[in-house]
Amino acid sequence: MVVWEMAYKTADESREAYSTLNGKEIVDDLGQKIILYLSFVEKAQWKRLDPPVLPPGLTVIEEMISFDDEKRLLESINWTEDTDNENFQKSLKHRRVKHFGYEFCYENNNVDRDKPLPGGLPDICDSILEKWLKEGYIKYKPDQLTINQYEPGQGIPPHIDTHSAFEDEIVSLSLGSEVVMDFKHPGGVVVPVMLPRRSLLVMAGESRYLWTHGITPRKFDTVQASVGHKSGIITSDIGDLTLNKRGIRTSFTFRKVRKMPCNCSYPSVCDSQRKETRPSFPETDKEALQLEQEYVHRVYEEIAGHFSSTRHTPWPHIVKFLKALPSGSIVADIGCGNGKYLGVNKDLYMVGCDRSQNLVDICRERQFHALVCDALAVPVRSGSCDACISVAVIHHFATAERRVVALQELVRLLRSGGKALIYVWAMEQEYNKQKSKYLRGNRIGQEEKEEINSDTSLRGLQMTDVGNQDLASSSVSPVNDFQEGRCNSKKVTNSELPIHTNRTSFHSQDVLVPWHLKGNPCKDKPVEPIGPVGSHDPSPVFHRYYHVFCEGELEAACQTLGNVSILQSYYDQGNWCVILQKV
Amino acid sequence: MKLLTHNLLSSHVRGVGPRGFPLRLQATEVRINPVEFNPEFVARMIPKVEWAALLEAADTLHLVEVPQGPIQDYEHDENFLRKMHHVLLEVDVVEGTLQCPESGRLFPISRGIPNMLLNDEETES
Repeated sequence: MVVWEMAYKTADESREAYSTLNGKEIVDDLGQKIILYLSFVEKAQWKRLDPPVLPPGLTVIEEMISFDDEKRLLESINWTEDTDNENFQKSLKHRRVKHFGYEFCYENNNVDRDKPLPGGLPDICDSILEKWLKEGYIKYKPDQLTINQYEPGQGIPPHIDTHSAFEDEIVSLSLGSEVVMDFKHPGGVVVPVMLPRRSLLVMAGESRYLWTHGITPRKFDTVQASVGHKSGIITSDIGDLTLNKRGIRTSFTFRKVRKMPCNCSYPSVCDSQRKETRPSFPETDKEALQLEQEYVHRVYEEIAGHFSSTRHTPWPHIVKFLKALPSGSIVADIGCGNGKYLGVNKDLYMVGCDRSQNLVDICRERQFHALVCDALAVPVRSGSCDACISVAVIHHFATAERRVVALQELVRLLRSGGKALIYVWAMEQEYNKQKSKYLRGNRIGQEEKEEINSDTSLRGLQMTDVGNQDLASSSVSPVNDFQEGRCNSKKVTNSELPIHTNRTSFHSQDVLVPWHLKGNPCKDKPVEPIGPVGSHDPSPVFHRYYHVFCEGELEAACQTLGNVSILQSYYDQGNWCVILQKV
Repeated sequence: MKLLTHNLLSSHVRGVGPRGFPLRLQATEVRINPVEFNPEFVARMIPKVEWAALLEAADTLHLVEVPQGPIQDYEHDENFLRKMHHVLLEVDVVEGTLQCPESGRLFPISRGIPNMLLNDEETES
């Protein structure tokens, strides 16, 4: 449904509009039927705002090129070339993109200065750029060109071009059709600006460094009725607005790649001047809690929707555990995520818990019972559960003590004789000479790789028989210093946590694992991602804290609990797993 | 939140211990969601139920025909099991609060989801 606001000067005019339009059926350009429903308010207040002004440093020059040059430029683009070709073309979700001079890399929102693309800028641009330079429209000769093509309905999310990647001046030529571009100041002011066909947008100074720019994906723009397709700000003067249907717009955005770090006057949004804020290895309980809040709780809240969409297939060995439980068992899933295990056995009464409200909301939508709580303080009475599962949870606690408390809490819920199944991510992603699916994910095609993330590969595993699933508890020797386990890892103390490269082996037990967010994130409370500020297109990156477990470490931690016996201990596709029983 | 879930919940405010059970229930919206009747399943729940807590909760919701305790040979008493099925599994508290009986701490139930998060001071050990 689309909602429009309309205002009429007199009550009579309103009445007439209401009786004429309400319930009327119209057909849009695509032949779709649209029914208009009108409702009205008795009184409306219109805010009288100061007349908006263009962001400082922004200019739009109309009639920058002739119709002939427009035609020549559009015809010069060959969209059919494949990526093997010298000019890099990417079909992003929302538009077609082609890079010249340097490729803009959307993974890190930057360019590789050492890898200019062969061929440079198209010859056809050269004379045009020379002319602009001579006439003083631009100060530098650009060496990078990005061509974007937008169909009606497509757009580009609001972004600031990465400061360290490009010089001050960024210019963009609009071809084929006009469009309204939205400029937004961090303080909240939004200025929609009409970019007419064949005009040049020049962003410099504050408008380039501080304001975001973006195109809202839609088929119609609201534009000033009185000035037609002239450049300028779209005001909220309700009496002077009309709808303008978008056409196919192609933009040529010219930029100059920056060789030195940026030293602009906007350090809050400047990646060159931004202090590295990577967290350190936690020394105290308080630091651990802060780390978890920032790098576990907030991140899951933020990525909940996308995370859930990658978690659909339950892991077979966990399903097997749940299916083997007697009918009528009460089972708590502590850290249930989107609830993918809550429905695998209808003969159980399963209650899910998660720290993330957004994930629990997803459970509820799926008709599961779940509540929001912390795994260190589970609001369930002691001894009330026949079984518990803890899948991919304990590795998010940042000290050995907190991991033990989380295990204690699981065991507290169990009646005597009750069983708990625990899965944690393993430091060893290669075991018995077999690479985990997580590592093997590295070999799949680029397209598919972009769709899966970090441990999402753990979904739908066919667990291979690792042959040692029945390590009896007697075969596990207690390891006193289980914190560092037995594996080879650099101890990270008093230092920044390393950022793990997805789908590679771990080099440290305590790491930040990147999550590339796809789709619509929650807009209300954005978490500042680490890395270059600015262009967050197409996917912002979040980092989750993990303590990956070494072989033997999970069992050793379980043995400190005292009132449990370890029934089984095994390795399942890059995870260490324990089934324990309360004595 | 079903009453069977309520029967499992206990306050986890630091230092409260077993005195945190049962949580006092207040409901502003209750829905009845029909659930398929499985007599064996319900029979298995009976010995796990804390009756005093269940009766108190059922009372605050003004539920009628709630069995006052397990009866003899309940496994084969369909009438009893159906009543228990209804009170444990079909009554769903959509909006309301849960209150710790010891500390008075209130926890909201919103859209059927109890939010039992404590702040840092309440969990610090």
